Amino acid sequence: MNNKLYGKLIFELSKEGRVGYNLQGNNYGKYEIPAAMQRAEDAQLPECDELTVVRHYTNLSNNNFGVDTGFYPLGSCTMKYNPKINEEVAALPQFQNLHPEQPADTTKGALTLVSMLEHALCELTGLAHFTFKPYAGAHGELTGLMTIDSYHRSRGDMARKKVIVPDSAHGTNPASAAVCGLEIIEVKSLADGTVDFDDLKRIVAEQGSEIAAMMMTNPNTLGLFETHIPEIAALIHDCGGLMYYDGANLNPMLGVCRPGDMGFDVMHINLHKTFSTPHGGGGPGSGPVGVREGLQEFFPVVSPYHGNFSVMMRAYAYILSLGREYVKLVGPLATLNANYIKESLKDVYELPIDTMCCHEFVFDGLKDKSTGVTTMDVAKRLLDDGYHAPTIYFPLLFHESLMIEPTENESKETLDEFIAVMRQIAEEAKTNPDEVKSAPHNTPIGRVDDVLAAKHPVTTWKVLKNEE
Amino acid sequence: MFKYFPHTEDDLKVMMERVGVKNFDELYAQIPENIRFKGDYQIDSASTEEGVRHVFDMLGAQNKQLICFAGYGVYDHTNPSVIPSLLQRSEFLTSYTPYQAEISQGTLHYIFEFQSMMAELTGMDISNASMYDGTTAAAEAMMMAVAAGKKVNKVLVSGGMNPRTREVLDTYALHHGIELDTIAMNDGVTDLNELKVKLAQGGVAGVMVQQPNVYGIVEDFTGFADACHEQKALFIMDSVIADLAVLKTPGEWGADIAVGDGQSLGIPMQFGGPYVGYMCCTEKLIRKMPGRIVGMTKDNREQRAFVLTLQAREQHIRRQKATSNICSNQSLMALWVTVYLSLMGKQGVKEAAQLSYAGAHYLCDELLKTGRFHLAYDKPFFNEFYVKYDGDVDALYQRFIDAGFLGGVKLDGGLLFAVTEKRNKVEIDELIKIAAL
Repeated sequence: MNNKLYGKLIFELSKEGRVGYNLQGNNYGKYEIPAAMQRAEDAQLPECDELTVVRHYTNLSNNNFGVDTGFYPLGSCTMKYNPKINEEVAALPQFQNLHPEQPADTTKGALTLVSMLEHALCELTGLAHFTFKPYAGAHGELTGLMTIDSYHRSRGDMARKKVIVPDSAHGTNPASAAVCGLEIIEVKSLADGTVDFDDLKRIVAEQGSEIAAMMMTNPNTLGLFETHIPEIAALIHDCGGLMYYDGANLNPMLGVCRPGDMGFDVMHINLHKTFSTPHGGGGPGSGPVGVREGLQEFFPVVSPYHGNFSVMMRAYAYILSLGREYVKLVGPLATLNANYIKESLKDVYELPIDTMCCHEFVFDGLKDKSTGVTTMDVAKRLLDDGYHAPTIYFPLLFHESLMIEPTENESKETLDEFIAVMRQIAEEAKTNPDEVKSAPHNTPIGRVDDVLAAKHPVTTWKVLKNEE
Repeated sequence: MFKYFPHTEDDLKVMMERVGVKNFDELYAQIPENIRFKGDYQIDSASTEEGVRHVFDMLGAQNKQLICFAGYGVYDHTNPSVIPSLLQRSEFLTSYTPYQAEISQGTLHYIFEFQSMMAELTGMDISNASMYDGTTAAAEAMMMAVAAGKKVNKVLVSGGMNPRTREVLDTYALHHGIELDTIAMNDGVTDLNELKVKLAQGGVAGVMVQQPNVYGIVEDFTGFADACHEQKALFIMDSVIADLAVLKTPGEWGADIAVGDGQSLGIPMQFGGPYVGYMCCTEKLIRKMPGRIVGMTKDNREQRAFVLTLQAREQHIRRQKATSNICSNQSLMALWVTVYLSLMGKQGVKEAAQLSYAGAHYLCDELLKTGRFHLAYDKPFFNEFYVKYDGDVDALYQRFIDAGFLGGVKLDGGLLFAVTEKRNKVEIDELIKIAAL
């Protein structure tokens, strides 16, 4: 990562007459596109030679930070290492060149891969069938809820339109339910961050016949295992609802506990979290949905083919590499790493729930609140020291949430260095708070004016050019 | 231990001591015994890199490599080698969504470029940071139209829409409570009169058409936008983006929302994904648009900087009031398309479109000359066309495959052929020979 801003746009490198391609000549004879079909003006795309393009994007990449650059303890995102062998096999031309409408007898290898991955995921989750159509985690949530909605409809149980989610849930859960035409009921959390079972019983007693599902992550967004999960599942099942598992936090469960065995009926997996496929700056992901036997007939058509196929190839390469011996160490090692950081910092950062966590945990800002240094400031100061920031201001249960997830791939040395920097920032908050509040200092750009961007949106080169 | 796990025996000991446990089991003491997973997963034993390669090579060998004359929404265009090479830069590949703008200017810059290029190609004001693919972008546009309208929940969809897209629309509509109705086709194109009749019945939030339509026909949408706007419905166009290098744009047709798949901009077919969807709209609709948007701003050092903006529209803020649950974009594939368009540039996209057009018309003419084929509709097409065959289509299709060709897509007893700039005259002549047998 280069700490000096490169800052150019490809349009600013353009010069009329330059090209970055070479296509074959037209030897088909005279076929002219009718003028009536054509646009009035050419699209104003850049004109650049190949090296200019290569340098431009290389320079842009140098203003970016990835897992390969440094420690990325972004809570709830599971920024684990993305193995290189996965990339190698996903690029094989024997798969890259397959048209999705090719007849099945010409794509046997690809189809076999899909069923092998399905088998592995069933085994790891304790469910019976998977659909790979969903393109991302949120898409998986929606797919799972549609599956549940169709199941109830098929039974003529049309009143089941309510989904229970914990108040600590990620915003995507309620949004997915809304898109699926379902209504949300929030169940309260206890002081220890887990579901208030009494509140849940009250909800079920009052509205049991309208409950379509309960949607949960386990461990929850605080990284805490919901120990009442068998009782919760029984309560929901008894009232006729289904249990939905948000696979966002599946990583610490590998080798430990399977959603199917916890009593869940439907779940999605984020292959880009638990199964090591790269996040790509915000996609492509993959969000396959698994179900208990009998529910697979309700899988909806949420995309035309097999979803993000080459992402699935990467996930399968990861499963093959780890095999049954090492896949079961993923959860324990991720959990050990998280608890190690938590125990090493809880004397200087506020730990609202002091208990064993799973893959991640949440601090409520610095312990010493007198300095005026906020979670935002801590996060920005971390950037100066070559770390990505943890997830901040989520979950909403605390004012100064700082959510840390180290993953199983990080060494004790990396964790120790991070711990030292976090302690140093806590110290600096007392001795030199302004330095922390004005951070970052050692990055390509400083803090940005979010208000300006939103108040006066400039979102294309055309508009930017006119402004400048 | 294992190459992805750096923990030595000594590390484990020290770390467990700090945490206050003696073994892994104690880390999970809070989990009830009866739901703990005991024993082994029934999956293969750990594999070496050579072992992984072997599995994929073996599977790859079971796929038949065919010279592609199929389209139906997925096209075999040029894939410049620069692109995968740049996409493998781990600063792009292994980063997350650019929440921390200070260390994500690379991603934010290219998304801004992507938005600019999509707006140029579609002739629209605003683009979002990308969607999953074309079919889900169309579904989002459908929901956006309903959310933007006032107490209307009907969307009319042209019969010329690709059935693959339509199926996804049907799924979303069913659960979201949207009433979908089809505008019938008249001789291969969307029937404007029927559209007017259905609009007049009221309650229509949006009207969706496809360009070129599923038969490859370039439709004349004169009067469509006006008809929609008279009834306060949004006009949504789903276009093959590569073709917009030369075709009249959604902006010029008066569309309110332009969506589609970006795959035709050089993304490998890779058995269906990942691709990238695009969604553009008029300035008026910017705050109704789902997905992420990158905007320009300044940092505290007075430098030009880019940042995710207008986030108040998004699911993590709106929760159950959200009209879309999209959280991510399809960032890396948006980069694919952005680099493609940077290389091809203003001239290259037109040249590729013209070559595709010429190749498809040459193939079509030569097929008609065999006397065994006829165009199902006598309408202008671009690089894809739909023919009927006077013999056994299944046998012909198999003959193509045996000779190493994917001879289009079988559709309602006919064949839908597509030609791109990647095909050449030698391949086309070979295909024609087989077709003439």
